[in-house]
Amino acid sequence: MLLQALPLVFVLTGVALYTVLAGADFGAGFWQLTAGSGEHAEMVREHAHESMAPVWEANHVWLIFVLTVFWTAYPGPFEAIFTTLAVPLFIALIGILFRGAAYALRAGASSLRESSAIDTIFSLSSIVTPFALGAVIGGIASDRVPPSGTGHMWSSWLNATSIFIGVLAVSNCAYLSAVYLAADAVGRGEDELESAFRNRALATGVIAGAVAFGGLFIIKADENHLFHALLSGEPLAAVIVSALAGVGTLALVWVRRFEAARYTAAVAVAAVILAWTLARWPTILPGLTIYQAAAGHDTLVWVVCAVLAGGAILFPSLALLFRLTVTGRFAAAEEAPPETVAGELPSFRTGLLARVAVALLVVGFGGLTVAEAGWAHTIGIVCLFGFVITGFAAIVPQAVSEDSAA
Amino acid sequence: MGSTLATAAAFAPVDQHYLLQARQMQALSFAVHIPLVAFGISFPVMVLFVEWLHVRSGDRVYLMIARRWTRVMVALFAVGVITGTVLSFEMGLLWPKFTGTFGSVFGLGFAIEGFSFFMEAIFIGIYVYGWGRLTPRAHLLTGIPIVITGFTGSWMVIAVNAWMNHPGGFRLVGGRAVDVDPFKALFANSYLWHELIHMYIAGYIVTGFIMAGVYAARRLRGCWGRYERVALTVPLTIAALASPVQVLVGDWAARTVAEKQPTKLAAIEGLYETTRGAPEHILGWYTDNQVKYGIRIPRLLSLLAFHRTNARVQGLQAVPANDRPPINIVRFAFQSMVGIGTLLAILGVVYLVVWIRRRSVPDSRLFYGAVVIAGPAAVVALISGWVVTEVGRQPWVVYRVMRTSAAVTGAHGIPVSYGLLAASYVVIACGLAWVLRRLAKAQLRLPGEPEADLGPDHQPA
Repeated sequence: MLLQALPLVFVLTGVALYTVLAGADFGAGFWQLTAGSGEHAEMVREHAHESMAPVWEANHVWLIFVLTVFWTAYPGPFEAIFTTLAVPLFIALIGILFRGAAYALRAGASSLRESSAIDTIFSLSSIVTPFALGAVIGGIASDRVPPSGTGHMWSSWLNATSIFIGVLAVSNCAYLSAVYLAADAVGRGEDELESAFRNRALATGVIAGAVAFGGLFIIKADENHLFHALLSGEPLAAVIVSALAGVGTLALVWVRRFEAARYTAAVAVAAVILAWTLARWPTILPGLTIYQAAAGHDTLVWVVCAVLAGGAILFPSLALLFRLTVTGRFAAAEEAPPETVAGELPSFRTGLLARVAVALLVVGFGGLTVAEAGWAHTIGIVCLFGFVITGFAAIVPQAVSEDSAA
Repeated sequence: MGSTLATAAAFAPVDQHYLLQARQMQALSFAVHIPLVAFGISFPVMVLFVEWLHVRSGDRVYLMIARRWTRVMVALFAVGVITGTVLSFEMGLLWPKFTGTFGSVFGLGFAIEGFSFFMEAIFIGIYVYGWGRLTPRAHLLTGIPIVITGFTGSWMVIAVNAWMNHPGGFRLVGGRAVDVDPFKALFANSYLWHELIHMYIAGYIVTGFIMAGVYAARRLRGCWGRYERVALTVPLTIAALASPVQVLVGDWAARTVAEKQPTKLAAIEGLYETTRGAPEHILGWYTDNQVKYGIRIPRLLSLLAFHRTNARVQGLQAVPANDRPPINIVRFAFQSMVGIGTLLAILGVVYLVVWIRRRSVPDSRLFYGAVVIAGPAAVVALISGWVVTEVGRQPWVVYRVMRTSAAVTGAHGIPVSYGLLAASYVVIACGLAWVLRRLAKAQLRLPGEPEADLGPDHQPA
């Protein structure tokens, strides 16, 4: 039973991390759009871009992680969700497309006018995407996706619960982003930006909290079981934890403990997801439990092993990236790179290498093309790769050296 | 496979009027993404090699090239991230029945690919923003995971594609995949290796010729210094060595297709009747069960496919008409790939021969003109090759198990999303072209140096 549930734990962890990490990226777009004009606004925009550029790709990949683990472990529900909710998912996709493109394009922008045009595309798509993804969550949460995938094309995501979660997602992104950007401004010693984003964090924190609280009544009015399930037993405990973490986050922002605030914000998000999961457990879609929906035993074992092994490599790497960005070692003033010891390129015996390369090509041809056996093909392939490498080593060091004829 | 064949009728076709548009949308998404994959596979190796030259020699020309290429690499990676995301969404948006039925079989490949991609994104972040902030040696080391994950990622995706072409590792019972063995399905597949190696080498050829083409064009405009010479030689040498090898690997791939997917081979060659000593047709058009207007070479097909001039080659007639792929698309794509591949191999050999005889790069303008064209041509060959694989597998999404018409979504609005996606790609492509031109022109100032003009256009010869 644990085996069937474990991939869902991974998926929901991925959703929580995506919400917190990529949510802050999306929120940066919100702040760029609302920065207004003038010098201060340009500083705000520049800061939002600079802080997110090194990390957005890594943060975005949580979404890919969620998708791939989900369709491997629970292929049936994946089919149903992507059939019923095709419209908001496609909208989210177009938003992701333009947001990512804006990052790539901004590298080439030289004038202020160019970069602010790109920022506008970026900002709009940064708002559309979390709204659409929130609406998807709302559709699933309010049981509008039947396991057959024949839910309504529009009302499955244009309903009170979906719109509420979409709005909550956008306000949550703005909030998380303001907290993150304030923390990043502290790291860079930018006092003005720090207080600008602290104010924004406090304001949006209150708004996000109010939206979340008011949303409970929207869910109730939307007539589904979610409301009662959320406000009883274990789910209620998780809702309370989330509310406390939310208030705690505001308090930490107030006293300028921005780094700690990011963790409590993550707790608030994770607790909401936990509450929702507990409220439905073990249902994944109406009338379908995760035990019925899960893939076969071998697949689940492989997925769990792959995720654990991957995580063992991934998290230290991610920690390295964040340590370099957060401790400001990336943002440090541009300094000269440490001088390298000028030395000679290794001198290869070119003639010998060229002869070895030709010999490898001949053996490779014999093994891969003339011979029929599988083992001969393997040798052939290895020799052909050897041909490319030795050939390269024979030609390039001489061709690039300074005294070579132009 | 016998049991899966027996239950192939288990999947009813989906009521979807726009199947063709769905396939075109998928093809468009692939065609946009695959050239970026080619860069992802091979470009980090070239960047790291040039950076290594700098670390070894201290020569600043190498540093400038490596830094400029890094900016190109990061722009292309960002675009690759989003075009790759499109593909993963389309698994559900366009082909939910395929993913819903077989996600438990092939999904593991994508899950591992997701991790590779993750590591790639993390280390590209570290590498790009670590320039000048890490010691040179540490910086060089942070590039190595990018190289490894570029390979493992493409390995996983191709493992899934190889499974679609040569499925195994499951049984079908009542339209559901049971007794699933993902390892056997993905990694113990005899169809994997030629696809993987063919694509891997293609990555080096495409990137090599495109990057060499940039500097060849500059040479044709009379701008030729040490910077250009180094930046041309590194990618061009790799492409020149890899393209003859690709001819041999491609031949191996075709022999594997002949053995495992005889219908695809018959479509590639336009061979209707099962024939002993089958001829090869170069060019021409398939109509009325034969190739017309082509150049016919007797017995060559049997020789190439099975190494015997009188070998029996299975024709299209061996399967019912509705189990055959569209012949002329597959043939045309195959002939384009082989034709371009052959010309690229000849170009590579010319470069190598000139080098062996004169120990220098060629002089003739004709050669550099050819290198400029070789980059786009290599992209055409790359996409043509994937057309052969994917269209040649039709009408199946999982070869002889599930038809594409049974995999497609039942949702409405495919033409709308197709139009929107195509328009978005046009906008983004224009933007990317603009950025790459900007990056090529921008003066590169190295940290710690004043306004020193290290731009390539002003480098003394």
